[in-house]
Amino acid sequence: MASMAMGIRRVGLPRLLLHLSVLLIVILWLVPTAGILITSIRDRDQITTSGWWTAFSSSTQTQAARLGAPSAAQQQGSNYVISGNVFEDGVEGKVREFGIRIADPREFEAGETADLGEGETLVINEDGTYIHSKTGPFDGERGRRVYLAVATPPVFTTENYESVLTSQGIGQAFVNSLTVAVPSTIIPILISAFAAYALSWMEFPGRALLIALVVGLIVVPLQMSLIPLLRLYNEVGSLLGVPSRSFVGIWLAHAAFGMPLAIYLLRNYIAGLPKEIIESARVDGASDFEIFMKIVLPLSFPALASFAIFQFLWTWNDLLVAMVFLGTSRDQVVLTGALNALLGSMGGNWEILAASAFITIIVPVLVFFALQRYLVRGLLAGSVKGG
Amino acid sequence: MASQMISAIGVVVAGVFACALYYWLSDKLLQVIFPVSDSNIQVASRNLNRRSLVRPWLFLGPALMLLGVYLIYPVIATFILSFYDRSGANFVGLANYRWAFYDAGFRQSIFNNLLWLAVVPAVCTFFGLVIAVLTDRIWWGNIAKSLIFMPMAISFVGASVIWKFIYEYRGGNETQIGLLNAIVQFFGGDPQVWIALPFWNNFFLMVILIWIQTGFAMVILSAALRGIPEETIEAAVIDGANGWQIFWKIMVPQIWGTIAVVWTTITILVLKVFDIVLTMTNGQWDTMVLANLMFDWMFRGGGDSGRSAVIALVLMAAVTPIMIWNIRQANRETEGH
Repeated sequence: MASMAMGIRRVGLPRLLLHLSVLLIVILWLVPTAGILITSIRDRDQITTSGWWTAFSSSTQTQAARLGAPSAAQQQGSNYVISGNVFEDGVEGKVREFGIRIADPREFEAGETADLGEGETLVINEDGTYIHSKTGPFDGERGRRVYLAVATPPVFTTENYESVLTSQGIGQAFVNSLTVAVPSTIIPILISAFAAYALSWMEFPGRALLIALVVGLIVVPLQMSLIPLLRLYNEVGSLLGVPSRSFVGIWLAHAAFGMPLAIYLLRNYIAGLPKEIIESARVDGASDFEIFMKIVLPLSFPALASFAIFQFLWTWNDLLVAMVFLGTSRDQVVLTGALNALLGSMGGNWEILAASAFITIIVPVLVFFALQRYLVRGLLAGSVKGG
Repeated sequence: MASQMISAIGVVVAGVFACALYYWLSDKLLQVIFPVSDSNIQVASRNLNRRSLVRPWLFLGPALMLLGVYLIYPVIATFILSFYDRSGANFVGLANYRWAFYDAGFRQSIFNNLLWLAVVPAVCTFFGLVIAVLTDRIWWGNIAKSLIFMPMAISFVGASVIWKFIYEYRGGNETQIGLLNAIVQFFGGDPQVWIALPFWNNFFLMVILIWIQTGFAMVILSAALRGIPEETIEAAVIDGANGWQIFWKIMVPQIWGTIAVVWTTITILVLKVFDIVLTMTNGQWDTMVLANLMFDWMFRGGGDSGRSAVIALVLMAAVTPIMIWNIRQANRETEGH
């Protein structure tokens, strides 16, 4: 105690408060994701009967059961006794309390002898075994109905994931998302890097205007492009006799939509490379193509990585572009689209929604944690420098 | 599935190879068309000049083509389409604009967009700044930051599912499995269908975007805070300023420019908010925003390109001031080089 008090005094109350408030904010920020993650591995019956925050303690549910029929009674001295187990085969759980009226299923503790009147007694033990006895013969045809408060131990399962990956089409959607995101990320890099080099190290009329154009295009809302492009795609599709919604179409669209930011980020970086390196290469007789491939491209790796992460996150997480340029059929729908469709059709089935959501977010989150350094660098270059 | 992946990887390899081939071949072609030989100095220097005149456009060509087809042409076409009827075939003058002016759904969307614009950028920037200041003072600040930053990697659709689960409502006497309703019930309140409460539901949707974007504001502002010269703060401490005064009078004024950048960046994002509203309510219960209204009109009853073009133009008009400001800023920088 004394040492702890010393510790607090050394750290100081304001500092302790600082640590606690940051901890609180972090928890607040993590709780929503934790809810989905925990729910995705819970048993579906438990999801609907108890909150995910109780997932690690056993949940208590009220169940109804029927005792053995009077015909099964055995005479023991003057008493008639029915015994057995309230749990059917394979059901796990512990009886906490029991009762004989639905209004009060927790009238008696498990193991306690309940006096039901007229010489009738009932004991239900934790494991579900019961002894129902009466001083005279039981009447009626059917056994007595009892109500039980049953504590079920937490059940964790991978069933939800198996189910969404196969029967809900999330597995295929995952592959579709990769099919969209990977080419959409890599193809624009080389194209924009060449453009950025031209805008940084080549002198030509109209250069300042082009830079201004690129900066302006960064903020143009995607919505401005959708209607004419949809019409264009339909026309091209019918002209060439190919479906207007295809992976090729969305690759080009994503590449183009990412282009302004890519050129801008790369130009900022490439223009900042030391002048001496490029000029000495020129003096040595290297062509612009060679300078670009051998000097500029390798040196620009950090900027290329920043943009690639942006573009990957953006294309993986995109819903709007996919809804317009891709179909909704199983072989084209991406994860975000599939998840959106499940929200409509599987409204309350949280075991399916949670597992699907987790599969949707896991790839970008892993990319985020692995390559955070480059992402932050890109963000700083993109917004602090140029605005 | 596997074959689809292989073909996607094939596309990547082929695409990169084709791009490289284009640049290499066009460069070679340039050298063939404008040869530079030692025999004739005059011709050689003329051809060198010509080469350097053409080469930038070869480098820029593919990028400009993509920008032209996918961004510049559509902006012009959308503008023109806004004066045409639903099929885009007949000129109708200002009819679509008149429709927008009197349409209740459009006005609702404008109102909601303004609400989003008023709340989200301000809250994100404020939280981001506060968290940046707090985390800069503790040894595990970087871990905390990285965890708060993490939602930025999550798609809006994924985030919507995450939060829809928090807002989940169960009727009757059923156990509440949504965290918010469980908390409300714990404190003796009545569970609500949060996303169906007109007006207030807008705020429940905004929370999702705030959750995602605060990390962004925090990262940018934290970098700016680190750039503040130590001496200014030390001087303030010597002069007897307390923490509160140092924050508002010394730190905030020095990072004012960065705050503006964060604010405008989030503003642009908020203007285009679409996925969250689509997945949470699809515009029901008075939550419609412009981007969703536009998407609706694009496909509703076979689509009305005129009306949705007008809605897109409203978004465009809203970002135009920011666009002009950005261009000016960039021009100033290029001149400085």
